[in-house]
Amino acid sequence: MNRVIVIGAGPSGLSAAITIAENGNEVLILDEYMLAGGRLLGQLYEEENGKWWNGIKESKSLHDKAVALGIEIRLGTPVSNIEKLDGSWVIYTDEETHYTQHLLLATGAAEVPLPIPGWTLPGVMSVGAAQVMTNVHRVKPGNRGVIIGVNVLSSAIAMELKLADIDVACITLPKMNQVTKESGNPMDVMNSLLHVSHMAPSAFVKFGSKLMKNEFMKKMGITFFPKKGVKMWDIPIMLRKAVINIYGENAVEGVTIATINASGEVIEGTEENISADFVCIAGGLYPLAELAAVAGCPFYYIEELGGYVPLHNKRMETVLDGLYVAGNITGVEGAKVAISQGVTAGLAIANNLSGGKQEVEINEAIKRIEHTRDNAFIQFHPAVKEGKEKLQRYWEEYGQEVKVGVTS
Amino acid sequence: MTSRIINHPVLDKVDDTDFVSFTFNNDEIRGLRNESLAAALLANNIRTLRVHEESGTPRGIYCNIGHCFECRVTVNGQQGVRACLTPIQEGMTVSSGEKFLTSVKDWRSNNE
Repeated sequence: MNRVIVIGAGPSGLSAAITIAENGNEVLILDEYMLAGGRLLGQLYEEENGKWWNGIKESKSLHDKAVALGIEIRLGTPVSNIEKLDGSWVIYTDEETHYTQHLLLATGAAEVPLPIPGWTLPGVMSVGAAQVMTNVHRVKPGNRGVIIGVNVLSSAIAMELKLADIDVACITLPKMNQVTKESGNPMDVMNSLLHVSHMAPSAFVKFGSKLMKNEFMKKMGITFFPKKGVKMWDIPIMLRKAVINIYGENAVEGVTIATINASGEVIEGTEENISADFVCIAGGLYPLAELAAVAGCPFYYIEELGGYVPLHNKRMETVLDGLYVAGNITGVEGAKVAISQGVTAGLAIANNLSGGKQEVEINEAIKRIEHTRDNAFIQFHPAVKEGKEKLQRYWEEYGQEVKVGVTS
Repeated sequence: MTSRIINHPVLDKVDDTDFVSFTFNNDEIRGLRNESLAAALLANNIRTLRVHEESGTPRGIYCNIGHCFECRVTVNGQQGVRACLTPIQEGMTVSSGEKFLTSVKDWRSNNE
């Protein structure tokens, strides 16, 4: 019964499991995908030192290390429910039911869908789907694509598509509506883009973003933003155009785009068609936290972390006894942060199992998360640190309330 | 036409010699061992995996990692299997779902 269970074989789940096993405990990892690595699998980008961050190799090295430590990894195993019964966590899968005292949820993140007319046509997919097809399965999502949604993820994946010799006609915005909101507003997009400009090989984009520090300049930037877009990796990024429709008989044949004003409203009569055989929708990522919700964790909406996150402390413990979280379920960040969170969660679990032998290491691991975050190449939200501080305050307030509740 | 990316400037070359065969809507399809059903079908230029149960309009993959359930197909008689999570196997029988009858809706549109 001392076997720890980890749900999710991505960077945080694998590194947590490795840490737990290195401290002398048995671990079982469950993941519904057919390969270990999670979202790390698709990642591929050139770092500042000129070396490539290859998600497949990173995933394989974590996986092989876990296997060498005797960790059991069950892939193709979706978890449908968890609950606490008689002091144990019960984990339900299609085939078997598992029991543990210590359960780590490392379920990662999912993509925010942006509904656009025509988006159910075959050939329309999330930008992450195109990334996995291209880098993991090595099948082209199509020959010529349009990416809808301008953000960190879509810029990075556009470059990956180009690497695989797939034509990207343009990256542009979705037509603004109640759902797409800020993804369709050029001003909001410009704000978020300023934080990826260091990835751009174009000196113009880098230089331009430095000029855009104040609100007036940003507004000017949007107003005078060339309608044909600014090129990044030779792909036009169009902040003054929006996709108003995706067309095709039984599959994608193209998109209709129109010029928009600085507030995102469509200017009538400017519609034109761009032919494409696939379309990627890039709405950004949100923490995938259903299992924490069914378990009964309190949640807080923190925009800087990408959505609703289960309340947890710096040791990655939730308020529920024996339930831990790590990785993107705690807020959307890069794989390196997820790995350091996994190590911390792993140490917290080992520490609780050993009666407090890992205290010193835990504190070091917490510091390492912050160090990794400060040095991250890609920041999904520029204010992620503020988001983490908010969550810490909620944790402290929650502790106070519980104490008051007990004494009164 | 879509195609496989055998050579890549950064990633390793793909071994494209080990094929397995399965059927999709009674057509024989060849895919690479251990790849997902969604990838094997796309490599064979098949984008439509099912039709919407009520409207009959075509659907393909959306998220490709198991979250959205848009790619559900019937595999060896089992319904609702996600093509993006299922590794292909020799002799597998796969079919896409069909449009359901909408008798009550059809009757109401003519009689109310």
